[in-house]
Amino acid sequence: MADFTPVSGFMGGMLIGLAATVLLAANGRIAGVSGILAGVIKPVRGDTVWRVLFIFGIWLGVLAYGFARGAAPLVEIEAGWPTLVVAGLLVGFGTRLGSGCTSGHGVCGIARPSKRSIVATLVFMLTAIATVFLTRHVLA
Amino acid sequence: MNSSRLQFLFALLAGALFGLGLAVSQMINPAKVIGFLDVSGRWDPTLAFVMLGALAVTGLAFRVILKRSRPWFAERFSLPTKRDIDPRLVGGGALFGIGWGLSGLCPGPALAALVTAQSSVLVFVGAMLAGSALYSALDRT
Repeated sequence: MADFTPVSGFMGGMLIGLAATVLLAANGRIAGVSGILAGVIKPVRGDTVWRVLFIFGIWLGVLAYGFARGAAPLVEIEAGWPTLVVAGLLVGFGTRLGSGCTSGHGVCGIARPSKRSIVATLVFMLTAIATVFLTRHVLA
Repeated sequence: MNSSRLQFLFALLAGALFGLGLAVSQMINPAKVIGFLDVSGRWDPTLAFVMLGALAVTGLAFRVILKRSRPWFAERFSLPTKRDIDPRLVGGGALFGIGWGLSGLCPGPALAALVTAQSSVLVFVGAMLAGSALYSALDRT
């Protein structure tokens, strides 16, 4: 589980960067998943179809990987349902309040470069690290 | 093809590259993400290499792209306009960070992991959509 895989990590990261590059170059949009999703939940006329297609694309990409490898990618979730509900609410609400998530702030915003995105990325990284430390090493 | 069809095609292509990248990098796996966040456990620095790989591409490419007057198939670039570091940015980031740390899931990997049809992923994504909808409801006032 906790095996260090820097090469496939870097290559996968480049693919994510390429995805953000394609979306900005072609459509002038930021590949931030929380923002793209927000526009699907609260649709604005003429600004919804591309968002749905981007999300379909994500599924296609994962499926393509699965077919190429002959197995679905591993998705291991330790947290129980009550924790997942709380976590999901926090992620959904927090990414809207903070105008972005790992992709929008982390991958796109830092590249622009945006001071807000650099601050946001530091905040959610450090908060997540602190949360894992507390829940796994202090309260556990 | 007209420009809106091309926009749709490229949104699909970008999504597919994004999903492929999440799978190749294993960031689709929350256990792998927790492995990075758990710095005092058996630390797995892979996530940092994913960010480096992504930023190696966007850091260069965005600079070139944003020098253009407009994107290929749209009239203008749709970029964030806010500039100030306000309490909403920091507070929102912190709430997101807590949720991310509790689950190992952030929005991209959570949507991508729906492909596996695991009930845990459905529960998380359902709550995430509710959280986002709650924000929309409160923000209107």
